[in-house]
Amino acid sequence: MQRYFSPEKETASREQVIEWQNKGLVDAVKRVWDNVPYYRAKMEEKGVTPDDIKGIEDLHKLPFLTKDDLREAYPYGLMARPLEDCVRIQSTSGTTGRRVVAFYTMNDIHLWEECCARALVAAGATKEDVVHVSYGYGLFTGGPGLNGGSHMLGSLTLPMSSGNTDRQIQFMTDLKSTVLCCTPSYAAYLAESIHERGLRDKIHLKAGIFGAEAWTEEMRHDIEQALGIKAYDIYGLTEISGPGVSFECEAQTGMHINEDFFIAEVINPKTGEVLPDGEKGELVFTSFAKEAFPLIRYRTKDICILSREKCSCGRTFVKMTKPLGRSDDMLIVKGVNVFPSQIETVLLNHGYAANYQIIVDRQKNSDTIEVRVEMTPEMFSDELSKVTAKEKELVSGLKSMLGIYANVKLVAPKSITRSEGKAVRVIDKRNLYKG
Amino acid sequence: MILMIPDTVIQNPAYEVKGNDMTTKQISVFLENKPGTLAEFCKVLQKNNIDMRALCVADAMDFGIARVIVDDVYETVTVLKDEGYICQITKVLTVEMKDEPGALSDILAILGDKGINLEYTYAFLTRQRDKAYLVIKVADNKAAANLLEAHGVKVICQDELEKIFGD
Repeated sequence: MQRYFSPEKETASREQVIEWQNKGLVDAVKRVWDNVPYYRAKMEEKGVTPDDIKGIEDLHKLPFLTKDDLREAYPYGLMARPLEDCVRIQSTSGTTGRRVVAFYTMNDIHLWEECCARALVAAGATKEDVVHVSYGYGLFTGGPGLNGGSHMLGSLTLPMSSGNTDRQIQFMTDLKSTVLCCTPSYAAYLAESIHERGLRDKIHLKAGIFGAEAWTEEMRHDIEQALGIKAYDIYGLTEISGPGVSFECEAQTGMHINEDFFIAEVINPKTGEVLPDGEKGELVFTSFAKEAFPLIRYRTKDICILSREKCSCGRTFVKMTKPLGRSDDMLIVKGVNVFPSQIETVLLNHGYAANYQIIVDRQKNSDTIEVRVEMTPEMFSDELSKVTAKEKELVSGLKSMLGIYANVKLVAPKSITRSEGKAVRVIDKRNLYKG
Repeated sequence: MILMIPDTVIQNPAYEVKGNDMTTKQISVFLENKPGTLAEFCKVLQKNNIDMRALCVADAMDFGIARVIVDDVYETVTVLKDEGYICQITKVLTVEMKDEPGALSDILAILGDKGINLEYTYAFLTRQRDKAYLVIKVADNKAAANLLEAHGVKVICQDELEKIFGD
């Protein structure tokens, strides 16, 4: 059986990987310097020129990029290629409502799809498999990414997209899906639905690739038991390409980062200082191999640990832990990025005070989000229908901002807990980052 | 018996019964939907010696609206605002009925026949044994009051209401 999709890359020696990265970084910095005035200005501000960058040992001299920079430079400001060279846009939610858009040339798409093909092979998929993609398709990278990876591998691809559980299960049984790709919470939901319908014996799944949101080892165990499969994690972000930036192998002890395309660093989120492998900090990526949208030292805000311990699968690429938390206040709910500031914007636009509380929970393996809003005299009426109509407007405002349904609960004024004068904005009851 | 009066009478804004405001004042209060909120609210009234004459609670999934008729409207609003409640004074119509079967349906028929929609309604009794009072909320108080008066239904104004409570 095929063990690696790109064996010469995935099992390359450390020296070889460093050589690729040195060359790639020098090249990317030159391209960015020449074509991205936004980043060039940042380099000039730091007194760095492309001549100072000889290889990855000089990486620390370069300025960081954050989601704020992406917002600032929206939409075209970080492109290193003209639009006419690009073939695709993907997008993810950004802070305060402005979305993050990423551009891809054909080569960028191939690079991304290769990452996903590697993830599929690491999960045991071959061209004989039927890959059932239940990630959303569209601007969200989940569906297009795994779909492309499955094509590249030559597997039969079922572009199911999310939702319509009955149809999902029908295709899964009739067309004998063997590899399921979706969010872990949707996998758990599907597993439950399959059991409810008594169809456990009719499914042919052997593996699943589940990403786009945090999940625990307990949840992995539950899904594996319920579906009789091996469940693998996958990591990625639209800014860097999409799912497949790193992926889990048979060892299931962390995700290999595709180091022939991306340089990973872990930094102290407060000082920006680079931390040695094995220490916990914020993950930073340099997507040096990307043509249209190469990002230098992009801060993911995900907290994790890198490990260079030899892996039993034979891959030499560095492994990262599951994200152990965030260095900002972003929440991932149902696979969707949610910033409290987005919710605040909607509340203010609808005439509510910016005093709110977000309660995130997971019930039956599915995320729920509730926004508690303090009632104001302006929003109040003696008529129930008027107040509920306003409540509904708020729900649909949140839906269009966040892309997911959030329940609204109107509460009494001054009832939202304040600790030391500062309101507790987010209560996440899911305990996703417990290690 | 229901009297028929021309629509023009109702729609004419110049036509005003006695030239007075025929409405009474109700206090509407926002209450969170969780155990104990109504009890807490009543306690606040009790603490301040406020006599509640009528109470009606409408509830949605997550919150409720208490509508109360009290003897001293302004005193009550001041107290509630001080206690951090969100409340407002709502002008409603209060009509007098005979406390006997059929009285309510007669009044509702008068409004219904003219296509006047009730936002909400509730009734209360006082110490006057033979009478009951109906609070109604409609979109156009004046039109409804005129219509009712034209049919011989007594609409109580705020002064009269306070007098009833004083009796």
